[in-house]
Amino acid sequence: MGVMDYNIAHMLAGGLMLASLMMLYQKRLYALINIYALQAFLLALAVAWQAALQHAPQLYITALIALLFKALLIPFALHRIVARLHIHRKIETVIGTGPVMLSGMALVALAMDVMLKAAAHTALLEREDLAFALAVLLLGLLMMVTRRNAVSQIIGFLSLENGLILAAAGTKGMPFMVEISIAFSILVAFIVIGLFLFRIRERFDTVDLRALDDFRGEWRLAEAFSGEPSYESGDEIS
Amino acid sequence: MSLAALLCCVALLLALSVVSAATSRLFNATIIIYGASCVVSLVLLWGGIGHLLTPAAAMTMVLPVGLPWTGAHFRLDALAAFFLVVVNLGGAAASFYALGYGRHEKEPHRVLPFYPAFIAAMNLVVLAADAFTFLLAWELMSLTSWALVMAHHREKENARAGYVYIVMASFGTFMLLLAFALLAGPHGLYVFSEMQKNPALSWRGALVLFLVLLGAGSKAGIYPLHVWLPLAHPAAPSHVSGLMSGVMTKVAVYGFIRIVFGLLGGGGENGGMAVLALGSVTAVMGVLYALMQHDLKKLLAYHTVENIGIIFIGLGLALVFKAGGHDAFAALAFTAALFHVFNHSLFKSLLFFGAGAVQTAAHERDMEHLGGLIRRMPQTAFVFLIGCAAISALPPFNGFASEWLTFQAIIQGPVPAHWGLKMLVPASGAMLALAAALAAACFVKVYGVVFLGRARTEQAKNAAETDRFSLSVMFILALLCLLAGIFPGFVINVLAPAVREMTGAHMPQHGAGLLLVPVSAARSSYSGLLVFVFIAVSAGLAALIARSFGGGAPRRAPAWDCGFPLDDPQTQYTAGSFAQPIRRVFVRSLFRASERVEMPPPGSPAPARLVQELHDVAWEEIYARISSRVLCLAERMDRFQFLSIRHYLVIVFLSLVLLLTVLALWF
Repeated sequence: MGVMDYNIAHMLAGGLMLASLMMLYQKRLYALINIYALQAFLLALAVAWQAALQHAPQLYITALIALLFKALLIPFALHRIVARLHIHRKIETVIGTGPVMLSGMALVALAMDVMLKAAAHTALLEREDLAFALAVLLLGLLMMVTRRNAVSQIIGFLSLENGLILAAAGTKGMPFMVEISIAFSILVAFIVIGLFLFRIRERFDTVDLRALDDFRGEWRLAEAFSGEPSYESGDEIS
Repeated sequence: MSLAALLCCVALLLALSVVSAATSRLFNATIIIYGASCVVSLVLLWGGIGHLLTPAAAMTMVLPVGLPWTGAHFRLDALAAFFLVVVNLGGAAASFYALGYGRHEKEPHRVLPFYPAFIAAMNLVVLAADAFTFLLAWELMSLTSWALVMAHHREKENARAGYVYIVMASFGTFMLLLAFALLAGPHGLYVFSEMQKNPALSWRGALVLFLVLLGAGSKAGIYPLHVWLPLAHPAAPSHVSGLMSGVMTKVAVYGFIRIVFGLLGGGGENGGMAVLALGSVTAVMGVLYALMQHDLKKLLAYHTVENIGIIFIGLGLALVFKAGGHDAFAALAFTAALFHVFNHSLFKSLLFFGAGAVQTAAHERDMEHLGGLIRRMPQTAFVFLIGCAAISALPPFNGFASEWLTFQAIIQGPVPAHWGLKMLVPASGAMLALAAALAAACFVKVYGVVFLGRARTEQAKNAAETDRFSLSVMFILALLCLLAGIFPGFVINVLAPAVREMTGAHMPQHGAGLLLVPVSAARSSYSGLLVFVFIAVSAGLAALIARSFGGGAPRRAPAWDCGFPLDDPQTQYTAGSFAQPIRRVFVRSLFRASERVEMPPPGSPAPARLVQELHDVAWEEIYARISSRVLCLAERMDRFQFLSIRHYLVIVFLSLVLLLTVLALWF
């Protein structure tokens, strides 16, 4: 592997992480979606570059999936959702931009520190890729934590998943790379739906769950070990 | 009989359990299942006795089940054979008793499927020779006995008893699991013979002993882990109560012996002290609880606690002497403990069977509602009296022989070097004496209130003698109590190989079994046969003289008026009045007992009342507190169930970052 090959791979992975950092301080949903599309595009490039380096043709398919689904289809769909739902243009963040950026940097440092030590015996490129991937993953999580809007949480999650794909593409000898990436995509779709469901459940309160409380066994401990038992078993349960 | 044959018998019991699950609603199922259990238990008993009487090498066997890389190991050595005898003697007796008693069972399909499996599980615990098989059998024993306790789960108290029992049993198994994990060491050697080769030392040994005390102790009923016994034993059908109390607690003692003596190689002086102290406290507390109790089966359950205390005094002494290098005295104390295991299984089964007979005859367990049964059930009354005398350690019965041996170990044992032991050993002797005396008082109460006097209720008045099966098995047990009492030397000879396995020494061989000599004939000896002959001859002479002076035929005449001026049986001495002096003397602080007279307000025609209050300190101070803490904690944890998704994400995120930071700092 030449120096140039390494530099390009390094640059693409670094670009992914940079996109993650940029996402952290975006106040507008459209800008956020665009940067996510940029990140997905960079991911497609990075995976394709890995495919070329490793002579692994199946990785091209992964790159293609990343390009079609993540860089084009999902951003397009999200644009439409945002437009249709008339979501307020401004994103409310839980913490201010400054602290978020600072903690993002701290997370990148942590990811580098951990990965460079933990994967010390692997090849240089692999190690760097893993470190960037972990940083992307942590930044995605950080974004999910600091945002309240459902769409930005989805984007946080999707960028987290980008990190996973990057890590998977970077390590050599993944035999079922294609299958895994497709599986992940399906997983992402499910979780997108799941997130919406969670939000809906949160919005609509948890009235129906109370009916289930009677089926939990917490009363038994209280009564069996208190002075007076009050277990009623007179009913005919057969 | 080979080990394979024994295991086949156990498998047969398990199969019987499966069969009875399918057929237990059939007409004759009760007789067939109990009869078959009895026969198989007798075969197993024969195997155990055969191995004990003919000194043979230990047999081992490995079956390709259980953990894939170790398999299931089984081993029959002298100790296992002895406990096999205890388990199956009790099992056979209970099965035979159930042939009669089981007919009163309204829902046999709730009892029958679990009964043979329970006996099989106890046999498996004794035969197991690796940690996995042992724990599996132990848990099977817990679960089947739990199912038997819950047989009549619709009754209010039973559901609670079952719950407390399953909590305590799970706790015990968990502690044993941890103990085995420590014993197995870093290489995971789960087979007992491998564990034996590299015993846990120093702090790990102490920890193992502590865990085993908790684990086996909670099953055996060591104070304050005894709480489930008085709840669970009355809840189960009487033959099962007899098995649980007489046999299952002994299996727990076996677990303790196997791990502490066999695998750990003794617990050192401090460990022995802990066992000795716990045993003494258990003995006294158990009998005090029993005295305060007026429910017949609960009272017997508390007496099991007391007797477990006596057994653990013996085991503690054996540990102490072994740590001090006095192997001969360790053997003496250990023999006493094993002998008491055997004796207690005999008379406790007998007493529970008697209690069951009383319960089916009078439909009542509360002693305050019984009375005068000696005229209604004379044969039951006779064998129950023998059981009472045996458990009260009266010569010439077996209880005396084993408790006397324990005393001899205390009195004749070498003066220990440790200052704590110098005080503890005599103190435990005093506690043992106190427990024995109080037990006698307690059984005077039981027998006096239940069998003597006049019937306190209509039901007691109309009680009828129990069936022939129950009576015959009770007579056999009573006879065994007598035989073990007058020929203790024979039992001790039989126990010698088991004692040698565990302590490295054994008591001197006894001759024809006439004289029981703990150390040397010059210091002290006891002959059960002589005492028996003396009692028989003097009692016969006294009867003869009374007869000849008192005239021929008995006459009926009005009772002396000061005895019963009124016709009402309520004027009799009650169990409560019997216990009152002891309650005032002993248990005021231990049970926070209080008595006060509540006077009605002036002008009110209501009667004054004497209010007595008793508190179970162990329950209130330990269990109630733990449960309230657990609930409090659970209530706090409950909040975590109702967070928003973002909070969950924050938790996931922070824990991930924390772990990564630890990783970064660690490398």
